[in-house]
Amino acid sequence: MFAYVVRRLLATIVVMAVVALVVFLLLYLTPGDPAAILAGDAATSDDIRRIREKLGLDQPFLVRFGGWIAQLIRGDLGTSIFTNLPVAHLIGQRVEPTLSLTLCTLLVSVLVAVPLGVVAAARAGTWIDRGVMAFSVLGFSLPVFVLAYILILIFSIELDWLPVQGYQPIREGLWEWARHLILPSTALGTVYIALIARITRASMLDALAQDYVRTAQAKGLTPSEVLVGHALKNAAVPIVTVIGIGIALLIGGAIVTETVFAIPGIGRLTVDSILRRDYPIIQGVVLIFSGAYVLINLAVDLSYMLLDPRIRY
Amino acid sequence: MVASPTWRGFRDAFRRHPTAIAGGVILLVMIAIALLAPWLGTVDPQAVAPVRRLKQPSEEFWFGSDMMGRDVYSRVLYGARVSLSIGIAVAILSTLLGLAIGLITGYIRWVDAIVMRVMDGLMSIPPVLLAIALMALTRASMENVIAAITLAEVPRVTRLVRSLVLTLREEPYVVAAIAAGTRLPRILLRHILPNIVAPLLVQATYVCASAMITEAILSFIGAGTPPNIPSWGNIMAEARSLFQIAGYLILFPGVCLSLTVLAINLLGDGMRDALDPRLARRM
Repeated sequence: MFAYVVRRLLATIVVMAVVALVVFLLLYLTPGDPAAILAGDAATSDDIRRIREKLGLDQPFLVRFGGWIAQLIRGDLGTSIFTNLPVAHLIGQRVEPTLSLTLCTLLVSVLVAVPLGVVAAARAGTWIDRGVMAFSVLGFSLPVFVLAYILILIFSIELDWLPVQGYQPIREGLWEWARHLILPSTALGTVYIALIARITRASMLDALAQDYVRTAQAKGLTPSEVLVGHALKNAAVPIVTVIGIGIALLIGGAIVTETVFAIPGIGRLTVDSILRRDYPIIQGVVLIFSGAYVLINLAVDLSYMLLDPRIRY
Repeated sequence: MVASPTWRGFRDAFRRHPTAIAGGVILLVMIAIALLAPWLGTVDPQAVAPVRRLKQPSEEFWFGSDMMGRDVYSRVLYGARVSLSIGIAVAILSTLLGLAIGLITGYIRWVDAIVMRVMDGLMSIPPVLLAIALMALTRASMENVIAAITLAEVPRVTRLVRSLVLTLREEPYVVAAIAAGTRLPRILLRHILPNIVAPLLVQATYVCASAMITEAILSFIGAGTPPNIPSWGNIMAEARSLFQIAGYLILFPGVCLSLTVLAINLLGDGMRDALDPRLARRM
């Protein structure tokens, strides 16, 4: 088991290195002169030279890559072209709203989606099952910002129950914080709920067809004991896997959700940086989000050992 | 009236897979709308008319007019061309690329080791972010949007093809072909490829649906199709600050996009069920 953990950690380091390499190579692989494109159409040749030096494009490839990796290991993500502030600092300022939004969505989505999938599987073929599956297909097809505007029009403008936009830090009061997150989390979480509910249902149907479920029923356990204690426990590995993989959807969706709801998080920073063509910030955001994604999925992989003692490595 | 054989065939198919056929019909209607846009009562989607800005939907402007007085109905219909062609182009390109890379990696060990590490890395970058990074470094154009989304989708297709190849190469008929001295290209073309086509086609529909959503997201946040091209994402992006007074600017393109993506997803689900009836009961 120890060997497995070590192997997984090493594999994670390799993946992180590849991510860093890919992100670094983007500057070199895109056609045209990136410095000229980042400088914009109104730039003078001085502007372009300044950006080229800032990105290190005037230095040999290996020198630049080595220096960049050394910087990254020290936690230095470079400096913004537009504000001249360290990227790590700019991202750090924006962490709280994004973390609030994604963690709330993650928690609520899992709490909604897993029971939905379990009930759909337990009542397979009934209207409950059909309803869950229909919701799932719809959830995959509604783009997050379309859903966000529909929610705002109904709950903020027509009914006036919830704020249209904005974010309140958690230290300003738990209720105000939560009130501002209800609509964003619902919009962001729908596709994630659709994904998890669908896999939960499929995985539960597999488990319910096994012999140990019949044994459990035969020895007189109640239906809910069989469902949760026997079927769900054995269906857990694919469910946890898709919760981890689905984080990629949450991250992409958070950028859009923060734009619609004017939440001053990392996503909003990304969108502002696209408009200003501030590439170092975008690079930093890609690295941070990808790093978080890789680490979460490492945790998911390691959790298999707890979830399923049959897995031996 | 006696139903013609084709009509009866269609009716039977609809009875067995109602949602898939419905999806196919909606998709065909959308493609027809995209192709016939100039003849469906549209005007120039770029024609600016400042005196008629932000008109609510009416007899004259079926879907209203936007902040530059352009006719939203015409823009949405022409937008179908942009969104559908990006979705289909990405689906074709990433399927072909993923197929080629997957076949090679499934068969040549040392290439596999390197390429799959690169794919793992690419897959660890959330697709929307990867596309954003690429779009920030290139000039906005439809070709660059297609290239950026394709790069984000290729790893998933590659993984699928590779896993299919790894299973198929253990099949008795492949082992027999190898034992009989068949050359590698022939094994790949005659024995492996025909067994990959069907699941790959299903995957292509999902890639198409996801590419259309990604294009809309990119355009919506200003990193997608150039603003002068009326894609559904662009129409909604321009309405970002106006949605409280002009919700229809979001509503019409949003409904069209959702409906098209839903149709493609239903079609894909139907195809998957037809391929693997065992899976059909589970998913």
